[in-house]
Amino acid sequence: MIVMVNGERREVPAEATVANLVEELSGPPRGVAVAIDGEVVPRGQWAATPLPEGARVEVVAAIQGGSH
Amino acid sequence: MAAQDTHLVIADRQFRSRLMLGTGGFRSHEALADALSTSGAEICTVALRRLDPSARGSILDVLQAASVQILPNTAGCFTARDAVITAQLAREAFETDWIKLEVIGDDRTLLPDAPELLVAAEQLIDEGFIVLPYTTDDPVLARRLEDLGCAAVMPLGSPIGSGMGIRNPYNISIMVERASVPVVLDAGVGTASDGALAMELGCDAVLAASAISRAEDPVAMARAIRLSVEAGWLARAAGRIPRRLYAEASTPEEGLPEFDEQPGAGMTPRGHA
Repeated sequence: MIVMVNGERREVPAEATVANLVEELSGPPRGVAVAIDGEVVPRGQWAATPLPEGARVEVVAAIQGGSH
Repeated sequence: MAAQDTHLVIADRQFRSRLMLGTGGFRSHEALADALSTSGAEICTVALRRLDPSARGSILDVLQAASVQILPNTAGCFTARDAVITAQLAREAFETDWIKLEVIGDDRTLLPDAPELLVAAEQLIDEGFIVLPYTTDDPVLARRLEDLGCAAVMPLGSPIGSGMGIRNPYNISIMVERASVPVVLDAGVGTASDGALAMELGCDAVLAASAISRAEDPVAMARAIRLSVEAGWLARAAGRIPRRLYAEASTPEEGLPEFDEQPGAGMTPRGHA
C-alpha cells in the first residue's frame, strides 16, 4: 500500500504501523515525532497505530534552530 | 539578597545564566557544543524539520550532554494552526511542555503575526504548554500574552538575524516596567553591547542565536555576549546615574584655592572636574 511520507510516496506493507515506519526511517527514534493527516500520534500509540492507506505522514526530528 | 545572586525563574524553574542560546546557524554540532559551553547558556532552542535519514548525529546529543533545558520553537510557522501542531510534535519529540512560540506574519521581515500568535498561545496554554512567545516590542501585545498565561514574553529588539540591536529601547523599558513575567530580549542582537543594553533596560534574559553562530569566531563571541549580559545585569542592579544635558562636577567647588590676578600674566585657572 502507498502512503505519503514527508511529501514522498512510499510503499509499505499492508499492516505497517507508525512504529514500523519510524524504525525503518530513523533507527532509534530519539527526538522524533509523527503526525498523520495533521494529527499528532503520541509515541505511546505508535505500535498500535496502523498507517491508513494514502495517509499523509509527517515524520519530524530535531535540528539546529534559533529563529526561523 | 544581592540582586546579582538571584536566579532567572521561568515557570518555577531556576537558571543561573541569563543568556539563552539559539542553536541555528552553527557550522556543525561540534561548533555548537563549543559555543554552548563557553556561553554558559542553560536554555537552548531547537527546531523540528522533516526527518533526514542521512543526518549525522543528533543535536539532542549535544544538548543532553550539556544538561540544558531544551526549548523547542515553532520557527517557520505562519498560522496558529501550524504552530499548534508543531508544538504538539515538539512535545512528543523532546518530552517537554516548553515551547518558544513563533508565528511569523511576513517572509521578509519575519515579524510576528499578532492575531495568530494570540490564538496559538491561548490554545497551547489550554493544552498545558509552558509558552514563551516571540513577540513584537509592543507593550500592549506583551500584556495580552501575559494575561493569557504565557510564562515569559520574548520581544524582538529588531528583526531576526538582522543584528540591528534594540531599535526601540523605550518600548522595551515600558514592557519591563509593566510585565510580571520574565522579559527575554529575543532577535536582533548583533554584538555584545546589545546584550548589555537589553539587561540595562531591565530585561531578565537575552536570547542570542545568529550573533554567536554566524560570528567569525563563535566561541569568542559567545564569551563576549555572556560577559555583556552579566555586565548589563550588574549595572541594572547597581542603579545607573540619571542622564543630564549639562555637566555635573564630580569634584567639590568648596575649598578651591584662589589665585590673585597678576595683571598681564595671561593665565587663569580652568577646569573644575
